[in-house]
Amino acid sequence: MSSELELTCIMCPASCTLKVTVEGNKVVKVEGNQCPLGAEFAKTEISNPVRYVMSVVKVKGGDLPTVSVITRKPVPKNCIWQVMEALAKVEVEAPVEIEDVILRDICGTDIIATRRVKRVLRE
Amino acid sequence: MSKYKVVIVGAGVIGSSIARVLSSYENFDITLVEKEPDVGWGASKANTSIIHPGHEEDPDIHPLRAKLCVKGNGMWRTWTRELEIPATWPGELMIFTNDEEEKEARKYIKLAQLNSVPGVRVIYEKELKTLEPNIGREAKGAVYAPTAGLITPFEAVIALVENAVENGVKLMTETEVLEVKVGDGRIRGVETNRGFFEADIVINAAGLYSDKISHSAGVELNFQVKPRRGEYLLFDTDVEVKPRRVLHTTPTPITKGIYAITTVHGNLLLGPTAEDLPIEAKDDTSTTVRGLDYIYQEATKLLRELPPRSKAIKTYAGLRPEPPGGHWLIKAYSDPWGFVNVAGIRSPGLTSAPAIAEYVTNLISETFDIKLVKKNNWNPYRRDITRLSNRPLDEVDELIKKNPDYGEIVCYCKGVSKAEILEAIDRMIKIGTKTITLDGIKFRTYAGFGTCQGSFCRWRIAKIVSEKLGIPYYNVVVKRSKYGIGDVKTLWIERKGERG
Amino acid sequence: MKALEYDTVVIGGGPAGVAAAIKATELGLKTVLVENRDLLGGIPLQCVHPGFGLHYFKEDLTGTQFIARLLDKLEKLGVERLLKAHVHSIEYLDYNNKVVNVITSKGVVKIFAKTIIYAAGARERHLFEIGVVGDRPDGIYTAGEAQTLVDIYGIMPGKEIVIIGSGDVGLIMARRFTLEGAKVKAVIEILQYPGGLMRNVLQCLNDFNIPLLLGHTAVKVVGKKRVEKVVVAKVDENLKPIEGTEFEIPCDTVILSAGLRPYLGVLEKLGISIDPTTGGPVVNEYLETSIPGIFVAGNALVINDLVDYVVEQGELAAEGAKVFIENNGIPTKNWKLFEKGRNIRLVVPHYVSGERDVIVYARVAYPERNVYVEIPEIGLKLFNYGVRPAQMIRLRLRKDMFSKLGADVNKILLEVKPR
Repeated sequence: MSSELELTCIMCPASCTLKVTVEGNKVVKVEGNQCPLGAEFAKTEISNPVRYVMSVVKVKGGDLPTVSVITRKPVPKNCIWQVMEALAKVEVEAPVEIEDVILRDICGTDIIATRRVKRVLRE
Repeated sequence: MSKYKVVIVGAGVIGSSIARVLSSYENFDITLVEKEPDVGWGASKANTSIIHPGHEEDPDIHPLRAKLCVKGNGMWRTWTRELEIPATWPGELMIFTNDEEEKEARKYIKLAQLNSVPGVRVIYEKELKTLEPNIGREAKGAVYAPTAGLITPFEAVIALVENAVENGVKLMTETEVLEVKVGDGRIRGVETNRGFFEADIVINAAGLYSDKISHSAGVELNFQVKPRRGEYLLFDTDVEVKPRRVLHTTPTPITKGIYAITTVHGNLLLGPTAEDLPIEAKDDTSTTVRGLDYIYQEATKLLRELPPRSKAIKTYAGLRPEPPGGHWLIKAYSDPWGFVNVAGIRSPGLTSAPAIAEYVTNLISETFDIKLVKKNNWNPYRRDITRLSNRPLDEVDELIKKNPDYGEIVCYCKGVSKAEILEAIDRMIKIGTKTITLDGIKFRTYAGFGTCQGSFCRWRIAKIVSEKLGIPYYNVVVKRSKYGIGDVKTLWIERKGERG
Repeated sequence: MKALEYDTVVIGGGPAGVAAAIKATELGLKTVLVENRDLLGGIPLQCVHPGFGLHYFKEDLTGTQFIARLLDKLEKLGVERLLKAHVHSIEYLDYNNKVVNVITSKGVVKIFAKTIIYAAGARERHLFEIGVVGDRPDGIYTAGEAQTLVDIYGIMPGKEIVIIGSGDVGLIMARRFTLEGAKVKAVIEILQYPGGLMRNVLQCLNDFNIPLLLGHTAVKVVGKKRVEKVVVAKVDENLKPIEGTEFEIPCDTVILSAGLRPYLGVLEKLGISIDPTTGGPVVNEYLETSIPGIFVAGNALVINDLVDYVVEQGELAAEGAKVFIENNGIPTKNWKLFEKGRNIRLVVPHYVSGERDVIVYARVAYPERNVYVEIPEIGLKLFNYGVRPAQMIRLRLRKDMFSKLGADVNKILLEVKPR
């Protein structure tokens, strides 16, 4: 029993409209993608949709009061809130470098910093 | 000589003008009470900002209005100079487009003669075009009243209050008068949300709520102030066509007519509507599509070209306090002794304010038998904030060398520097406002009045306030509530707290 | 007052300006970058989401990572910059000599420059401009302002949010607000299609079950001290509210995401020619404005959806500045005007020479599926699965394509044709 559904690919701003033919839980055909990423997206979106989760966490002693963070890999959609809950209580000390690990091993990946924070000496 | 404790209810243009004048006498210890976080946030904030010549007042119907309007017009020339309030004096053109309107307009010449308003005369197309090159194509002529002026009303109130405080007046903001206390036929004081203030004399200048205050003192129980809403369209300073003069459509029995003006700071302003709202709607300053469309439509009579609606930088509305029959209620009472009504001060309230202040002072002296003694150290002068914009670059350079905060521009659209923001905060602290608000800074510095309406600079200004006052960033007050509800994780922490 | 001399002054330290300053320096021009804030980077500093650099670095980076890479390059090159410096005015002395008057905390600095690259970005449309009426309570923010508060300063504006306008900034913030625990009640869009990218509709709204109300308008905002509710109505074909369809959405915060406009500030005072469809300057293929030697790049030129294009424009402008200086002005060409044909709302640059490769940026007026993007005069015909106003079309036209053009052709047409 095959069915067709329409998906918007989110892999890049082109936002291609994908026509996906599914049999049971398997993706059989993908049309409408302008690149291979679209085909990959269709497969995971049907079986195990994943998303990057981005946020900011508080920083002490830095030139900005927050540092932006993101999951190193996209996490399963139903894991998004676990990530956010974990980030709610995190506070890091400046300096922070891009790619510094802020939290290890949440939902199968790490959470890394995506902005540089310089240390500022306060009187 | 005993000092009389005076409480003035309402720090609008009327209350603050009275405060200024009374502060020049030894006889009074004055407290100016205002329910909003800052001064001039009532009817004084949103009106057409015109200093009227006085030729639109009928002395038979409204003799007090006519007399004090003409007097006030003259007094503002001195007051704006003493208080460094920016003002322009462009004169007014009441435009007529047909014979019927001309007949109506000519009635105002008669009134001008009765009220001794100088220079009012009819002019026709050719001369009209020299006085106002941007006049609407349908205009046949106009009644020209050369003594009309423009002022920015909230700037005027701020200047008045700064000067009054300098001369000993105490300002209490966020203080609402709940009840006027009378005992033994005399004023005892006022009960407010911040406690009881003793007073010998209470002056009711509470604008839209002046009926409530009067009733509380037990006088004029049938007096009612009704809110009359006026909507406005304000455009950016760089529109193609702006009027040189104050342009006004001729009032007819059906419509009061609208104005097109170039404000003191160069914006095109169109409006107002005149809509009577139910008496309970004393806080309804909402704008409507119908009202704004009406103003835009009417303005085509005045200007040869209007900017597109998308060039509107702000739309807003104000409420005028309409008394019954349009009659101002200005009276001092012997019973209860010490109560003074300056109530229902609708147009020409702004124009007449200086004259009303003097009139009320004399009324107080006569009714309460007080021999006025002038202070010999009263300071009539007040300096405006030192502003960077509109200065030549060498002056800008000098200012920066003296104070580097002039070199940090916070509001890009209006070129306002950090030094001006800091000075505005200092001035608010000096006059005694309880809360520093972003709007208060906006009204004092013009930061946020430009093309972007604060989307670039508001967070910057809030940061300066937070740093200067040492308060958390999210607690900075915008107008009446806070900029943020907490830090970015506040809602998650709350949620965790709930789960316990 | 201090006086300085440069070949090129770049105004604006966001991605367009940083890219322009890097390129200009690499090309050997004596360059200075002037920025209002005390840090460089502009808007990408507050963009914590990915979608940046897919073309330029061939990687999917967050805005913050993208701009960090550019800034590293700037540092390595040792590009000169003036921070906390505000351009007060520009004077045009003569063809090769402009003065940029800059206000700094040390005093006024007069920078004499041969060329200027203006890259000061865009502003956000505000409540009154889009015609929302009602009260004017606290609790109303533009989306970019909210982004600065949340993702730089870590402030939460409110907890029950209505977003007016479905532009990308608003969609991105819908997700950010939701992730941080707020409730986004709805996104209101007056047109029948979203103003932002479809990927953002999916990952910012659909993922979180946030309703996107297409064909609806915010009739008025209600609130005494703070926002209490937004009254929403359906609109007709003329985008006017339909009586009887009003309903209320209680909320404490309104976010405006109704589009960006190029912020031209000091340039307007110089009287440059402006294209009303872009809101930005009319430019030739070097991104030179109608004032010789003044170039523009990034959102100040045209509102972009990708930072990659912004950076490309910055580099293009720097190349233009180099040509200008070497030749004492852009040499006169037989400029061809790009005309807008069917379903083209805007196209930049406005003038092309046909004598070199040129990059053309365009947007359609309405969405269409299965179309051809065509320039008949040079025989260009490209198939596209679907064009949307929110997705900028970028075309690279090679010099040899113009060889088909007749010598006396002054106008070329860009149009969209159905299949």
